[in-house]
Parts: sequence; C-alpha cells; structure tokens
Amino acid sequence: MLLVLENISKHYTVGDTIIRALDQVSISVDEGEYVAVMGHSGSGKSTLLQIASFLDKPTTGSILLRGKKVENYSENEMAGLRNREIGFVFQQFNLLPKTSAIENVALPLVYANVPAQERTARAEDMLREVGLGDRLKNTRAQLSGGQQQRVAIARALINNPSIVFADEPTGNLDSKSGEEIMDMLDVLHKKGKTIILVTHEADIAHHAKRRIVMRDGHIISDSKDRKKKV
Amino acid sequence: MNIENTIRIAIQAIFTNKSRSLLTMLGVIIGVGAVILLMAIGNGLQVYITGQFDSLGANTISIVPGEVFSSSGGFGSRESQFSAISNNKLRYTDVKEISKISGIRAAIPMVLGNSDISYQSTTKKRSIIGTMPEYEKVRNTKAEKGSFFSSSDNDGGKRVTVLGSLLAKDLFSNIDPIGKTVRINGQAFKVLGVAEKKGGGFGGPQFDDYAYIPFKTYIDIFNDQKVSQIVVQAEDKEGIQENIVQIKKQLGKRLKSDEFSVFETTEILKVINQVLGVLTLGLGGIAAISLVVGGIGIMNIMLVSVTERTREIGLRKALGATPGIILLQFLIESSLLSVFGGAIGVALAFLLALVINQFFPAVVTMFSIVLAFGVSATIGIVFGVAPARRASQLSPIEALRSE
Ligand SMILES: Nc1ncnc2c1ncn2[C@@H]1O[C@H](COP(=O)(O)OP(=O)(O)OP(=O)(O)O)[C@@H](O)[C@H]1O
Ligand SMILES: [Mg+2]
Repeated sequence: MLLVLENISKHYTVGDTIIRALDQVSISVDEGEYVAVMGHSGSGKSTLLQIASFLDKPTTGSILLRGKKVENYSENEMAGLRNREIGFVFQQFNLLPKTSAIENVALPLVYANVPAQERTARAEDMLREVGLGDRLKNTRAQLSGGQQQRVAIARALINNPSIVFADEPTGNLDSKSGEEIMDMLDVLHKKGKTIILVTHEADIAHHAKRRIVMRDGHIISDSKDRKKKV
Repeated sequence: MNIENTIRIAIQAIFTNKSRSLLTMLGVIIGVGAVILLMAIGNGLQVYITGQFDSLGANTISIVPGEVFSSSGGFGSRESQFSAISNNKLRYTDVKEISKISGIRAAIPMVLGNSDISYQSTTKKRSIIGTMPEYEKVRNTKAEKGSFFSSSDNDGGKRVTVLGSLLAKDLFSNIDPIGKTVRINGQAFKVLGVAEKKGGGFGGPQFDDYAYIPFKTYIDIFNDQKVSQIVVQAEDKEGIQENIVQIKKQLGKRLKSDEFSVFETTEILKVINQVLGVLTLGLGGIAAISLVVGGIGIMNIMLVSVTERTREIGLRKALGATPGIILLQFLIESSLLSVFGGAIGVALAFLLALVINQFFPAVVTMFSIVLAFGVSATIGIVFGVAPARRASQLSPIEALRSE
C-alpha cells in the first residue's frame, strides 16, 4: 500500500462547540490509483485531503506512507515529505503574486536544494509540458484562471511526487478550462501517477477509477469495497 | 536548503515588492535620521559654547558691573543686569589698582559702545570695543592680517582700528582693508589689522562683527568714563581664587558688593552648561520620542507586511519549506531592510547636519548613530521576524486560510 489512513479524526473547536470534521475515517490507496472523493459541502472532503497530504495533522489516528508511520514526524520531516512525496493542486491556484510562472513552478525545487540553473531548466520543461511554453515570464496577474491552474499543476509535478492531490481543481474554472485540466490529470494517470482529487461534480468524478463518498465526516461508500463484494 | 538560496529568496522578496520594501525602509530612515539630527543639534550647541569660552583665553578673571550671578547660583535677573549697566561704577582707576595686585599679569579695560562705521558709501551699525593692546594676548584675538594696535597708539589716542573678520568683509568685501580709512562716529580711523575669525552669534557675543580701537581713543571720542568689563590675566591657574579675593577686597574699598562681580571666566561656562543641560535634556526627550515614534512606525509596517504574507508563508510551507527556512528568510529580509534603511538615515542625517551647520551648530556623534541605528534595526528585525515566526509555526493549511 502506498498510503494508509487509519481511524483518522479531526476535530475543530470553535467557541464551545466541537466540530467533528472527520470521525474515525480509514482509507488505503494503492500505487497508480485514481481516486475521486465526493460528498456534500462540509462533509469533510478537504479536511481528509489535507491530512492525507501532510498539510495538516489529524487530531487522532495514524498515517502510513509505504508502511511507515508518519503521524509523529517532526515539522521538518513533514516539510520534507510535502516537498518530495506530494504535489498539491489548490482550488484557488495559490501562485505567488508578482512572481513569474517559471519561478512559481521552480519553488519546490528551491526547497529541495536543486541548483538554480537546473531549477530553471526543469521548470521550463514542465511549463512546456502543460502547454505554457509561451508564458514562462508571465505573473499570475497576466494569466487566465485556466493558465494559472496549469502553472499550479506544473508546480505540483516538478519534484516528481508519489501522489498528486487536487482539491476541486476545476472549481474556479469554466467548463472548457475545467475539461482541459481533467484531461491533463487523465494523462498523468495513464503514465502511472497516483491521483486523489476532491470534487462534488459527478462529471468530474467520472474521470477517476475509484469513487469515495463522504457525509458528516464519515465515508459512506467506496467503489473499491463494492467491487470486492461483487 | 542552503543559506545562499535563502539570501536569494529574501532579496527576491524585497525586490518583488518594491513599494512595500520602500515603505518599510522609509520608517527606518525617518526614525534614524530624526534621532541623529536632534542629538547633533543638542551636541553642537554644547561644543559651540565650550569653544567660545576656550577662545576667551585661559586663566582669566572677568570683572563686570552689577551682580551677574544670583544668590541661588544661576544668572541674576534681567532687571538687575540692566540697571548694572546703566549704573556702571567701574572706572579706569580700578584697572590700574587691580594691575598692581601681586600674582596678576595684566588687567585690561574694555569699553563697549555702538556706532556707525563706514567705508566710502558702505555704512554699518556695529559694536565698538575700546581696549588695550594686551587684549590681543589675553583674549586670544590675533590680527590675522596687519597688526593689533600698540601701546604708543593707545598713549597717543591714535585713530586706528582692528576690524573683526565679518565686519571687514561687510565693509570691504574683497578689497584689502589694511591701511584704508574708515569712519567711526564720524571720525577717520586707519585700519591696522583684521582679527582672525572667532565664530559666534546665537545670543552670545559676535566677536567677528566688532571693531577694536585703543582705549584712550575711545574715551576721547565717546567721552565715556564707564568701563564695561575688566579682563584680568592671572599668572597661574592655582593663584586664581586668591586673586579673586584680592580683587574683591580692592574694589570693595570704593564700591558696594552688589555693584560689581568678579569671577573666573570659565566659571560662567559652568552656569551656561547648567542651562544648556536643561535644553539638551529637552532635545534628548524629543529625540527619544522620535525614536519611539520611528520604532512604532517600523514595527507597524513590519507587522502589516508580514501578516499580509501569512498566505505566502503557508504556500511556501506546503511546497516544503521548513519553519527554520521561513524564519531565516524573514530574518534576512528584515535585517537587509533595517540595515539599509538605517544606513540611508545616517547618511541623510549627516547631509542635513551639514546644511544646518550653516545656520546653527550641529555635531553628529557616534553615540547617536549607534543608538538610533541599534534601536531601529533591533525593532525592525524583531517585528519582522516575530510575526513570521508565528506564521511559520502554523500548519500550511491554517496559514493559507488566513485572509
Ligand atoms: N479551520 C476550521 N475551523 C473550524 N471548522 C472547520 C475548519 N475547517 C473546516 N471546518 C469544518 O469542518 C467541516 C468539514 O469541512 P471541509 O472543508 O473538509 O468540507 P468540504 O467537504 O471540503 O466542503 P466543501 O465542499 O464546501 O469544500 C465543515 O463543517 C467545516 O465547517
Ligand atoms: Mg472543500
């Protein structure tokens, strides 16, 4: 197993009330899987994705990456995992302002101690691969939403991560740009990349091979379990 | 992640947000500049006054009419000083008696009056000092060009004069005044010399504007028997207190004790320094306030600029930056901005001090530079790093969520 979450709970305290965003959730993902997490707004999809991608820590539960427990990793070790093992595509793109596409894409390589020249060369290649070979120097203010998301995908892929996470990657895009982004994820999947994405649109979820549905912090269905039962 | 890379990120961040960086630096520049400048003015005043008294000559005793010092140790009231001048009872005979006292090298009279002084069509109203040739040595006022008048000039009541350097410039501009004739109180005087520049003004005597003439000549043309001041040169410093006692005794034979004052010339410096101490304290207070205000400005802009960058910190963490690297980036950024801004502030203060020096004494001290630079750099770095440190400890998601 590439990634295993066991009995993950995440509680937020707001004032006097405790919000159980995740309640005893368990899930395993194999190398090369293409997973879509679905569910109503507030069901805990984003929370699950953030914990699975080491961007946030669970309140309780354990996480195993290739069989190794990582939930007790130090801040620095977590930073290393984020840098090497995962690529994250946000709904709001999250490019650094006033910074060129190349520099945005190269950012993970900075923290991986890749020499400057190699960083630029690799970022250029990656931008060409996502079809932005003619937008290398543009800043986010000079890019359309779809282009910004493609820069973000290039950034997520630059350090060749084990898993690509995407939280509603098409949520801020029109349907045509959204389709383009989904086509790119499909290509990645064909190349063998593990992909976990969150969406509440059935059309988008259909790109994935495995669909998980959440409600109120629980997983209520997982297409993989159903297949096993059949 | 190496230091070189982090420095590069920090510099890049500074240049990516030019206006934010400039604003931050502006806070430091104004804070540092204001403090150094204010302290330079306070210090300049002190240096100036001390210099003035050095130029009055060493080991001298001054005798003036009336009570200069009040019983409480400060200066006497304005009224008592005014009446002292109008009721001046000091006469030339006192000078002669005092010069006989043992341990006294010389006692010379000074009379002070105002008169028109003109050269050709140029006329100025200036102070005229009637004094003895020894004035040159006792008051350390050398003739820079030509010579001071001699004893025979005085004995003969000759119409000769030595001009202060500014007065010479005002009357003659670029012409050499030596040997020319000026008119003082309507009478023709030959210019013997020009005194070397002494500097002055700001409420103190402006020696460079004076015209010096022999004492006897002064008595002749102004018909004034009152001696404005007697300057006594003691033989040595140790004897001064005893000399003062003897002079008081001698003058006391003829005058009431409140009709004259005898004091070591540098003693007045102590009193002036007391007054100046209050002024310096006031200036220091203003400087401290501007240091605090400047500091708050720096703090504010640093807090705002780092807080608005919490999202950036979140993103960098999401991409693999460790808290330490984030901290280092902001430490370098704040240090560069603070130190660079501080340097500009110091340079600016130096320039302004040069300009101010044309009108008012200003002396930039190392202490003020270290103080202003140290305080603002510390504030800049602390408030640039503290919020960054807080943000670097949030999870990437928490930081990214902040708005
Ligand atoms: N930082 C937080 N503080 C408090 N409550 C939170 C926080 N983040 C999420 N929650 C709560 O946790 C629950 C799950 O949120 P989450 O963002 O995972 O939902 P989601 O399924 O992604 O919803 P959406 O489709 O709207 O994005 C919600 O009830 C939400 O209000
Ligand atoms: Mg969500």
